[in-house]
Amino acid sequence: MSTPTTAGHHATPAWKEWILTTDHKRIGVMYLVGSMAAFGVAGLMAMIIRLEQMNLGMQIVSSPTQYNGFLYFHGAAMILAFLIPGLTGFAANYFLPLMIGARDVAFPRINAFSIWLFYFAIILALMAFVVPDGPDIMWTGYPPYSVTTAANTSMYVFTVHLLGFSSILGAVNFLVTVIYMRAPGMGWNQLNIFVWTTIAAFVLQLVFIPVLAAAVTLLLFDKYLGTHFYDPSAGGDVLLYQNLFWFYSHPAVYVIFLPAVGILFDVMATMAKNRVFNYKAAVYPGIWGIVAIAGIVWIHHLYVTGMPDWIRLGHMVTTLLISVPVGILTLSLWGTLYKGAITYNTAMMYACSCLYLILLGGLTGIPLAIPSITLHLSETSYVHAHFHFIMALFSAFALFSGIYYWFPKMTGRFADGGLATLSFWLNFVGVNVTFWPLFMIGKEGMPRRYWNYEMFADYQVMGHSFEWFHHIATYGSWIVAAGMLLQTINFIYAAFAGKPASLNPWNSQSLEWTHTESPPGPGNFGDTDVVVDENWSPYDYSK
Amino acid sequence: MRKLTLAMTGMVSTVLLSAQAFANEAVVGNGFAVPNQSWEHLWHEVLIDLYVIGFIMLVAAVIMLVKYKASSPDQVGTAKELDSVQSIAYALIPAAIFMADDFYLAANGWTVWNDYRRVPESAMEIKVTAYQWYFEFEYPDGTTTDTLVLPHNKPVVFRMTSEDVIHDFGLPVYRVKEDVMPGRITYIWINPVDIRETFVQCAEFCGADHSVMATTLSVVPQAQYNLWLAKMAAEG
Repeated sequence: MSTPTTAGHHATPAWKEWILTTDHKRIGVMYLVGSMAAFGVAGLMAMIIRLEQMNLGMQIVSSPTQYNGFLYFHGAAMILAFLIPGLTGFAANYFLPLMIGARDVAFPRINAFSIWLFYFAIILALMAFVVPDGPDIMWTGYPPYSVTTAANTSMYVFTVHLLGFSSILGAVNFLVTVIYMRAPGMGWNQLNIFVWTTIAAFVLQLVFIPVLAAAVTLLLFDKYLGTHFYDPSAGGDVLLYQNLFWFYSHPAVYVIFLPAVGILFDVMATMAKNRVFNYKAAVYPGIWGIVAIAGIVWIHHLYVTGMPDWIRLGHMVTTLLISVPVGILTLSLWGTLYKGAITYNTAMMYACSCLYLILLGGLTGIPLAIPSITLHLSETSYVHAHFHFIMALFSAFALFSGIYYWFPKMTGRFADGGLATLSFWLNFVGVNVTFWPLFMIGKEGMPRRYWNYEMFADYQVMGHSFEWFHHIATYGSWIVAAGMLLQTINFIYAAFAGKPASLNPWNSQSLEWTHTESPPGPGNFGDTDVVVDENWSPYDYSK
Repeated sequence: MRKLTLAMTGMVSTVLLSAQAFANEAVVGNGFAVPNQSWEHLWHEVLIDLYVIGFIMLVAAVIMLVKYKASSPDQVGTAKELDSVQSIAYALIPAAIFMADDFYLAANGWTVWNDYRRVPESAMEIKVTAYQWYFEFEYPDGTTTDTLVLPHNKPVVFRMTSEDVIHDFGLPVYRVKEDVMPGRITYIWINPVDIRETFVQCAEFCGADHSVMATTLSVVPQAQYNLWLAKMAAEG
């Protein structure tokens, strides 16, 4: 296959160059491909789940256990293999070094090792469909069920281990990169907001992942080695796991949310040709306020587990106080539009939809912060709709916004066009049609994780049965599926045959646009190192 | 500063007043709180909060997105950088507003929480044991059943534990649920002020038949309840 070069060496074939690469941009693209593949399979699971809930009785799955397996895969893959790697893997890998004027990350080989671990984790997760006893324990894996089930909990544990290692290595790598490899002259208050949100996300990963790793390892020991960490009959405690699990998994929400917000700031400031409103407030009390509070709110996932009243009420206060840093961040986001000069394109349309999603997803979380309300809403489709809006949809739409925004940088071509606009509207309308009905029946008690809801057969909401609402939600999922399919076709088509773009088509001031080729070559910045002066800012459009 | 102090004082007194209102409203019928009614009240209160914030923010976004549309591709934004005082003010003022709202919501939530957790001393106690995939109920006289029948207007407290995995005792119409776990005892109480037919459902994932783990709950007049219990005890 390889052809001899003039020097007599054999040129490395392209596939090998990609697999063995240590270039942060190629690793970023590999994260994108891997996470989009996980998104595709997990999305397929979502379609099946929606079809199954459409009517009472068994519709499409062959057994409840199979349905539970699909639920497990959907949750685990969407969070661990799509959102986290898509945002902190793809976006951070490709663009963070460019934004700070670095030629690569601090430890390129460790970076390559991270992507290898990620791919092994995806393969291991996909094996759930091959083995006869794939995990059926939801992405949360609560014992004692995860210990007593006949299904294979070890696949879950090892997938978490692999992804955890991958993320910890990535975290160390990127923190070192930002601390030591910024372009000469670049002060902390000159960083892109995306850089800030990414390092905040990596700090969270570094601090909290070991806790999750410990939690699932003890699960492994309990199931396969006969220990009793979570077994009350031998002095263990079932809630120990939930405390450890959510001590990581609530901050994990911010690991997803923060980089998504960062992308949004960069897209909006660029498209509005405007400064970021109150930059320092967005960074210090905003982003780092969220980091500071991330580790003291996890009990709101345990509001109905019989925790002592004082803990539940204490965490009600801390949980409500999340609205303070998020509110400051939101104000900066809104203020970035003020007196701007806004150009609309697909990236900006996704960004605008994110303003709606952050409002809807954020505000619907306020009732859930109050334990007396959550005593009823816990484990209903209200919760399910809430976290889909704020975590899944907000973050996915921000990621899509980023993909459209950076597409000319990655490929030298635009991904905008009729197909992009059509798929955006299908996605945006589709997610609303899917999740609004779930809010409505969730408030009346429609449970999550049910394939059947016979006991609610007589229930009516606004004169309609739960089934009626599930019908609407399922039609919505078809609209989203059509949108996502068209969008994928659009990305692939545009990468090879899209309209050619200039080096800086959005007239951005950020370094990845002003100082690099499209796509940037090895070493990113050609022969001259990037140096910035103290007045430089990625958001300075007024001069 | 004085205005801020005034505003804060106003907030605090509103909180106290509404807490008072909650406490009064919840007491009806048999003289005990009705937590599910307090729930509905709190829910609507919180919804108003969400509508106001959501409306203001959405309108602001739409206005700016329309008003500041660029007329030519070369146009740039004209917003000025904030000076230090403005920067701090634009962080502290929203922080104070959000915090005030948070404490207001927390105070209301806390009041309703007390309705949910303070069990009347005269409440009838029913022991609940959960298994994969059914509930078992033990009445004060030792009778065990697999369905629930409760006397009208009499507070009931459920003391719950599980024999296998984690389940959850969910009562959607009473706006309450709590996990049922091995090695732990949890409780909830309800005040059944209406005669009705409803159900108990499992609300924590517990395996294959989680979706069908449910049983009936009937609230009936005291006399009918006595008859039913005697019949169940006899069958025992």
